[in-house]
Amino acid sequence: MKPRVLVVDDDAALAEMLGIVLRTDGFEPAFVADGNRALQAFRETKPDVVLLDLMLPGLSGIDVCRAIRAESGTPIIMLTAKSDTVDVVLGLESGADDYVIKPFKPKELVARMRARLRHHDELAGETLVIGPPDSPVSIDVAAHQVVREGRQIALTPLEFDLLVALARKPRQVFTREVLLEQVWGYRHAADTRLVNVHVQRLRSKVERDPERPEVVLTVRGVGYKAGPP
Amino acid sequence: MIELLRRALRRIGLWLSAAGKAWRQSLQLRVGLTTFVITGTVVLIIGIFLLDQVTSGVLKDKRDVAIRQAELGHETASAILSDVDATQPAKVTEATKQILAASGKSAGLFTLVIRSTSGASSSGSSVTIPAALSKVVQEGNLAIQYAPVPSANSPSELVAGLMVGEPVAARTGLFELYYLFPLTSEQQTIALVQRTVLISGLVLVLLAVGIAVLVTRQTVRPVRVAAQTAARLAAGDLSQRITVRGTDDIARLGRSFNDMAGSLQRQIRRLEDLSRLQRRFTSDVSHELRTPLTTIRMASELLHSSRDDFSPELSRSSELLTTELDRFESLLTDLLEISRYDAGAAHLESETADLRGVVASTVAAHQMLSQRQGAQVIVHEPDEPVMVDMDSRRVERILRNLVGNALDHSEGRPVVITIGCDEDAAAVTVRDHGVGLRPGEAGLVFNRFWRGDPSRSRLTGGTGLGLAISLEDARLHDGWLQAWGERGRGAQFRLTLPRLAGHTLLASPLPLAPDDDEDEFQEAAL
Repeated sequence: MKPRVLVVDDDAALAEMLGIVLRTDGFEPAFVADGNRALQAFRETKPDVVLLDLMLPGLSGIDVCRAIRAESGTPIIMLTAKSDTVDVVLGLESGADDYVIKPFKPKELVARMRARLRHHDELAGETLVIGPPDSPVSIDVAAHQVVREGRQIALTPLEFDLLVALARKPRQVFTREVLLEQVWGYRHAADTRLVNVHVQRLRSKVERDPERPEVVLTVRGVGYKAGPP
Repeated sequence: MIELLRRALRRIGLWLSAAGKAWRQSLQLRVGLTTFVITGTVVLIIGIFLLDQVTSGVLKDKRDVAIRQAELGHETASAILSDVDATQPAKVTEATKQILAASGKSAGLFTLVIRSTSGASSSGSSVTIPAALSKVVQEGNLAIQYAPVPSANSPSELVAGLMVGEPVAARTGLFELYYLFPLTSEQQTIALVQRTVLISGLVLVLLAVGIAVLVTRQTVRPVRVAAQTAARLAAGDLSQRITVRGTDDIARLGRSFNDMAGSLQRQIRRLEDLSRLQRRFTSDVSHELRTPLTTIRMASELLHSSRDDFSPELSRSSELLTTELDRFESLLTDLLEISRYDAGAAHLESETADLRGVVASTVAAHQMLSQRQGAQVIVHEPDEPVMVDMDSRRVERILRNLVGNALDHSEGRPVVITIGCDEDAAAVTVRDHGVGLRPGEAGLVFNRFWRGDPSRSRLTGGTGLGLAISLEDARLHDGWLQAWGERGRGAQFRLTLPRLAGHTLLASPLPLAPDDDEDEFQEAAL
């Protein structure tokens, strides 16, 4: 089955062109041009990945992102013309998994989308345990489930991938660049803010106190590692 | 011992320098001390003059009185003594008694001493007459001298006094008459005057200094308030104002100051609004231009990917479209970047990083270009990490620009990158051995859209804004970006950054012009 893509962009020409490119690359695109109707369209089409323009009429891209994230972990890739730190970080914090800056090359966009869809192909049936012994976090990779203290934690696929990447090698310290490559699929160094923002989001869900992390630890000057199992 | 002395000297030095600092910094102290010195000197001179006048006046009066007394006594004494034989002690004693009795009414004012030249003498008390005085008197003259005399109250006590001596002729021989005036009351008068002058002088000096300090304080305090307010304004608190009371000159200063601050605040607000508008505009333009550019780009890529099915003309056209779109895009990016600088909207995201790492990733990024140009890239770097507070993204952009330019102009000869550092600064030089720069061009290369040689530079396809942006990036770090070039010797660009953010650069660890070693190297390479 072809992966479904919801394109949320108000520029008709760009949307049409995206449609041509996506169909050529084997996606099944759906379109919505208005921020207010974006959530409804999302519920109707149930896409595998969302391409979201940040500047939208009606509801802004950031708000749409939050609304979708509130009810689903579907990968969201922002299309943004702004490379300013504030906008990018705001978008990531509101729940976007990745972003591409206009004007992007079609190949780049498709690569980003494929990286986000990739995890569905994983079939490894294993259970990983990390975190403090008195309150461990157990990850059932095949079932896509994370449990701590008997409660299931809902993670987005990206957050799940990030946690699994760290948990598979609990003693290894991962630099941001390595995580970008393993989790986001970037071939060469890109924006390390992606990692920072998503580690924050992940911590806010799995940690007892995000200010004093026990599961995802920061190694100053190097990167991150999983807490001791 | 020497150590003690040295310590004492150091302490004195410290104290002096502290005093000097206080002197330079406090207007009040300066005015107070100056007033003290000037009024003190004037009062001292006046006091000395006054005392001198009073003393000499009082003493002159006393002298006149004494001489008159002596002349008066002379008549009486000569009348009595004219019949006395000065050689007969009994007669002398009697005569003396008579004279003393005659002058008795003046007792208390002076003491009388009568001596006969022959040796027999008689007096109310045993007083030593100075030899110099008696010598003059024995020669028959009237003489005056200041000498200790018995006090009027207690004759055994000697006090400062005045002696007047005169000769009186007896029937035979000569009598010496000495009038001894104690100067006790005169001394008291003079002491009183001295005290009065001293006290009033002191009071006068203190008064003058007090007034000076008070007046200065009234002037200085508003100035100090103004200085503090100005400092706070300069620190960015634009709402700071001086409280103004009254309508005097000081109040006028305060009002003018407040007017100035208000005007400044309005101007800065206006500039801030402009900057905000500019930023907004840049952002909007960016978005509005980029969206259609994205569509065009995707269309061109689509055409480009199926160019094999086109006729040669169409195929070439699609290629041109794609490459020119790349150029257009980088030009747009650079234009937006530079307009962000012009709007003052560029901000550093500094963190401490190893400069060698940034250079390494720059070199790695240029591997393709280096191979295409057939030019080797050689890096000279120190063994230790060169940690610098910097925005790595911007520094890498500068270096990419410099290395890219150097490779473009290398003509197949090596490009040499040198990293140097000292305690305060770190520097990177990028040297090519190409055509070099004409005299005066080193200052022009940073100009927007400047091209050294219009006939060829277009080939390299730069936007013409690269070095201008690099210069802004360097300035944002409080750093330097400078160029050196000589026709036939190539060009060298030097980036110098302070190692700690916010430090002011004073010198660069690397020279701007390459040294001779490198020229030898260049010849060897040729």
